[in-house]
Amino acid sequence: MNPATDDARCLSYREALREGLREALSTDSRVFLMGEDIGRYGGCYAVTKPLLAEFGEERVRDTPLSESAFVGAGIGAALGGMRPIVEIMTVNFSLLALDQILNNAATLCHMSGGQCPVPLVIRMATGAGRQLAAQHSHSFEGWYAHIPGLRIVAPATIDDARGMLAAALRSPDPVLIFEHIALLNLEGELTGGEAVVDIDHAAIRRPGRDITVLTYGASLYKCLDAARQLAAGGIELEVVDLRTLRPLDDALIMESVRRTHRVLIVDEGWRSGGLSAELGMRVVEQAFFELDAPIARVCTAEVPIPYPKHLEDAALPSAAGIAAAARAMVRREP
Amino acid sequence: MKAPAATGGLTREHALGLLGQMLRIRQFEDRCAELYTKEKIRGFLHLYNGEEAVAVGVMQALGPEDAVVATYREHGHALARGVPMSALMAEMYGKRTGSSMGRGGSMHVFDVARGFYGGNAIVGGCLPIAIGLALARRLGGRPGLATCFFGEGAVAEGEFHESLNLAALWRLPVLFVCENNLYAMGTALARSESVTDIRAKAVAYGMPAESVDGMDVLAVESTARQAVAAIHNGGGPRFLECRTYRFRAHSMFDAQLYRDRAEIEEWRKRGPLITLTTRCKAAGLMTEEDFQGLLRAADAEVDAAVAFAEDSDFEPVETLHRFVYAEQSA
Repeated sequence: MNPATDDARCLSYREALREGLREALSTDSRVFLMGEDIGRYGGCYAVTKPLLAEFGEERVRDTPLSESAFVGAGIGAALGGMRPIVEIMTVNFSLLALDQILNNAATLCHMSGGQCPVPLVIRMATGAGRQLAAQHSHSFEGWYAHIPGLRIVAPATIDDARGMLAAALRSPDPVLIFEHIALLNLEGELTGGEAVVDIDHAAIRRPGRDITVLTYGASLYKCLDAARQLAAGGIELEVVDLRTLRPLDDALIMESVRRTHRVLIVDEGWRSGGLSAELGMRVVEQAFFELDAPIARVCTAEVPIPYPKHLEDAALPSAAGIAAAARAMVRREP
Repeated sequence: MKAPAATGGLTREHALGLLGQMLRIRQFEDRCAELYTKEKIRGFLHLYNGEEAVAVGVMQALGPEDAVVATYREHGHALARGVPMSALMAEMYGKRTGSSMGRGGSMHVFDVARGFYGGNAIVGGCLPIAIGLALARRLGGRPGLATCFFGEGAVAEGEFHESLNLAALWRLPVLFVCENNLYAMGTALARSESVTDIRAKAVAYGMPAESVDGMDVLAVESTARQAVAAIHNGGGPRFLECRTYRFRAHSMFDAQLYRDRAEIEEWRKRGPLITLTTRCKAAGLMTEEDFQGLLRAADAEVDAAVAFAEDSDFEPVETLHRFVYAEQSA
């Protein structure tokens, strides 16, 4: 913590998310929250805990277990002039609302000739690491990033946890925010004085000359760990936090690739047909002749996430696995 | 089911208005069917023929502040709500002057200026949208309600049950209108529902519900007016089952193997046009000349709409990507 900066405060990712929500409710009367157990229970992951008492049940609305209806209601409320923030308890449950997200939220603006933009924000918990097994632990943000009409963001830092929501609310389009469950207790400094951050650009979290590492969400910290391990041996990773998964910041990615000439992609999603495949192909299309080594990927094993810790750990990207993949890329050098 | 509405209190002007609306829909769609065989209209085309009394009757009860969400069989709802016939026909042609810029076609007519939010082709998908439009009115402190039209096929979808529960739980200003035409595409109600009394399903959610003869525009109108008044009085959502019948095929690809010709003919005897006309003639409210005059006016409007659509341009391919994302800020 830097005492010289007035705005710098230490708080958790969860608290940062909550501050973003509180700020939104305080500054815009059109904003309201809706989701399962966000009010009296306090939120499955305790993000919304004090907000019912502060803002009342009209604006912090507990819903029945009806994902399709309350996501659709969010879409309708957005069409009706409100700025709903819908919470889906976890990404696996969002599949129950996929009809509304894809067939309506992502589609209505184009299909209506621009008459029906849907300024809806949907937050959901994503990712593994808490031994919640195969129906609460997946990473489907890459799937959602497949869909034109949506904006997909994945805050990995305290600043982004706090500021991406305000940016999402300023967007006239549906924005899905994927909050990784392994980050909720992360503590860090809120560095920016701004309550809103941009959601158009990736960010280089650690500069390095040897390998561009493309990642997002909780995997960012595994990549930074790997980078520290490798730095001792003289390998410098440039760690790029994608931040926004749709649209992707091709310009920053290619600019980094042109400096490092090697690309390692780290994604907690599955490999086949996933976001890592999209990223790799974009590099091939736009910067193939810059590459000095084949593009490499570290992804989650292609299994439903298992419950026991040793198997869950084995399924997920790890700092050691990332470091090994990076070393292998450099060893290919003649 | 409610008894047929009498003509007492019905004015000649209103009777002609209702008949004129239904005739506009009938003539518009008959022309669409012709244009489909000429390949001017492509894709899926679902005609409302036989069900006109439902849209026309319910729309009488709505005001400009209300929102309407409909299904993919929505030409009638769009016309009755005031979407210009020219824009609707241009939409059928896929022309840029269409109500959705030609992007949606027959199944996706939008006209937000008139509170018309589509045109939804996922069965049951429009119900949650109506919940949200109603919620926005309440949270925004604005008057008005949301009406959604859906077929009895939607009753089998989870979104139907989720939406009725949510509307009743939150006492939202929603008018649910189930157009029960007895067949979900080709599947008869009794072949898809363990309980075929649709009204009872709404009652199970604690929602006041009525079943009405959907071939009788006067009955539909008066029942809808009562329901809307109750919603305006803060009574929460209301449910209206309109028992109706689709005279033509489900879409232009339907050989109608699932029902007898005799059944169709039986329903035709009490079609919405003949039902209203017979009753109004008997009551001295209109003459055959009136009917023919309205028919000519509807045909002239259809002719003009076709000419407008023919003369309109297609959207240039250069703007294909417009509106994937909104162009105005939130």
